[in-house]
Amino acid sequence: MEIVIQAEHLRKTYRSVVAVEDVTLSIRQGEVFGIVGPNGAGKTTTVECMMGLRQPDGGTVRVLGLDPLQQGMELRRRIGVQLQQAALPDRLKVWEALDLYASFYDQPADWSVLLEEWGLADKRNASFASLSGGQRQRLFIALSLINNPELVFLDELTTGLDPQARRATWDHIRAIRKRGTTVVLVTHFMDEAEQLCDRVAIIDRGRIIALDTPRALIHETHPESRVRFTLQNGFDPRLLEQVEGVNRVIRDGDEVTVYGNGPLMARIAVILAEHHIAAPDLRSEQPTLEDVFLTLTGRHIR
Amino acid sequence: MRALLKMSWVEGKLFLREPVGAFFTLVFPLMLLFVFGSVFGNDPNEFMGGLGSVDVSTPAYIGMIIGTVGLMSGPISLAVYRDQGVLRRFRAAPVSPAVVIGAQVIIYFLMTVLGVALLVTAAYFAYDVRLPEDPLGVAAGFCLALASFLAAGFALASALPTARTTQIVATAVFYPMLFLGGAGVPRQVMPETIRRISEFLPLTHVNILISDLWFGKGWQPVSAAVLAGMLVVGLILSARIFRWE
Repeated sequence: MEIVIQAEHLRKTYRSVVAVEDVTLSIRQGEVFGIVGPNGAGKTTTVECMMGLRQPDGGTVRVLGLDPLQQGMELRRRIGVQLQQAALPDRLKVWEALDLYASFYDQPADWSVLLEEWGLADKRNASFASLSGGQRQRLFIALSLINNPELVFLDELTTGLDPQARRATWDHIRAIRKRGTTVVLVTHFMDEAEQLCDRVAIIDRGRIIALDTPRALIHETHPESRVRFTLQNGFDPRLLEQVEGVNRVIRDGDEVTVYGNGPLMARIAVILAEHHIAAPDLRSEQPTLEDVFLTLTGRHIR
Repeated sequence: MRALLKMSWVEGKLFLREPVGAFFTLVFPLMLLFVFGSVFGNDPNEFMGGLGSVDVSTPAYIGMIIGTVGLMSGPISLAVYRDQGVLRRFRAAPVSPAVVIGAQVIIYFLMTVLGVALLVTAAYFAYDVRLPEDPLGVAAGFCLALASFLAAGFALASALPTARTTQIVATAVFYPMLFLGGAGVPRQVMPETIRRISEFLPLTHVNILISDLWFGKGWQPVSAAVLAGMLVVGLILSARIFRWE
């Protein structure tokens, strides 16, 4: 299994603030690797060190075997980048942007195909300033792929997109991955990380606090499942504490949450039925990476 | 090389799409020419050593074009690119900073030459302006002046925090320089004190340098030195403090 990015004890400080501290990770060829965490955690700084846009204060990083600072030009020929807080000249047209960036590479993709693929064909002659947030994101993604890169960095890809556009973007990332491209996905959306990533590194306050597949992380921190429903008809939820597998029952007003192991939902449904309680909103909630973050840090990700 | 050509071509298109920059470089000098030309004409005048008002003002208008591009359009658009994140995106691509800046310099150079060409052509046909005695000298002086103003302008943009402050400072510096330098009233007819003050302004030296070369008086050493110094200092400063974001 080829390692495409190797970071060891990466450290970056801005004046007195430590943005990134002792970050060590290996990213494998072909995987979608998530770097997740709240805003300000140090995700973008870490990735900028990998791209050669920032000089680390400590540690080393090698991307595709290259030093991002010393061999920056060579590296940038082989990677694709979609950055936060990036822009194009206001009056530049969409096709002109693609054409311009294509000229930086020896063997660029056909940008008219990229226009089509990313739904920008009818915006071909639109100026950058006139594009909506979603259209700009798509243009930046198209730009990140213009050189058919082996490795793509995507930083907060779906911020500002409506739910439909987010889902469509996720499909596109799956398509990119299918072509064998390694993807480094920086996001604060845990659902996105769960959906798309083979492995994730959770970063909080500059440090990696967890690194594994989403499933393993969830399993390690949350062996419990969770069942919820709205209380009705004077049913005493404490009765549920006796059910096999239940660890605890929390009541918040009319909302009941039951934590436990095993086939929780089925067992609770049986008890409710026995007491002639209809709970139409009885639902099982799988723990998510957000729950993992909460467990590890005691804080919500937002 | 291909990237530089493509980038220059794109920057050229963008320049022409920006009405303000294109206006002040290409149209405004013509307006000044016709306004002052129609008021003062171009008859030989003993105050100005036998030259007409337009003869004397044309080098000043050329200085204005140089100042507009070097001190305002150039630095402001670079600062805007920096503030918006355009430079940041370029940095992530395999394009060298020299290409990014170089393309801008090429276009400013071409646009300035175009502005000067339009101005001189109009002045010639409308007011029979005297053509330069030493065209190559004028061209060389022009290049030095433009280069030094661009270097100073880029240093300014590098030193100031935002595009907005760059615009404010550049404007505050430029307009006094412009009118004290001879683009309104020719220097020859200014009161002594004002003329003395104007000698401290770089744009005045552009006027002096180009005028002297235009009318066959050769290179004015003080003016050339001032501009060369500005070029060197501007380059050193820019190289040291320029930020990409």
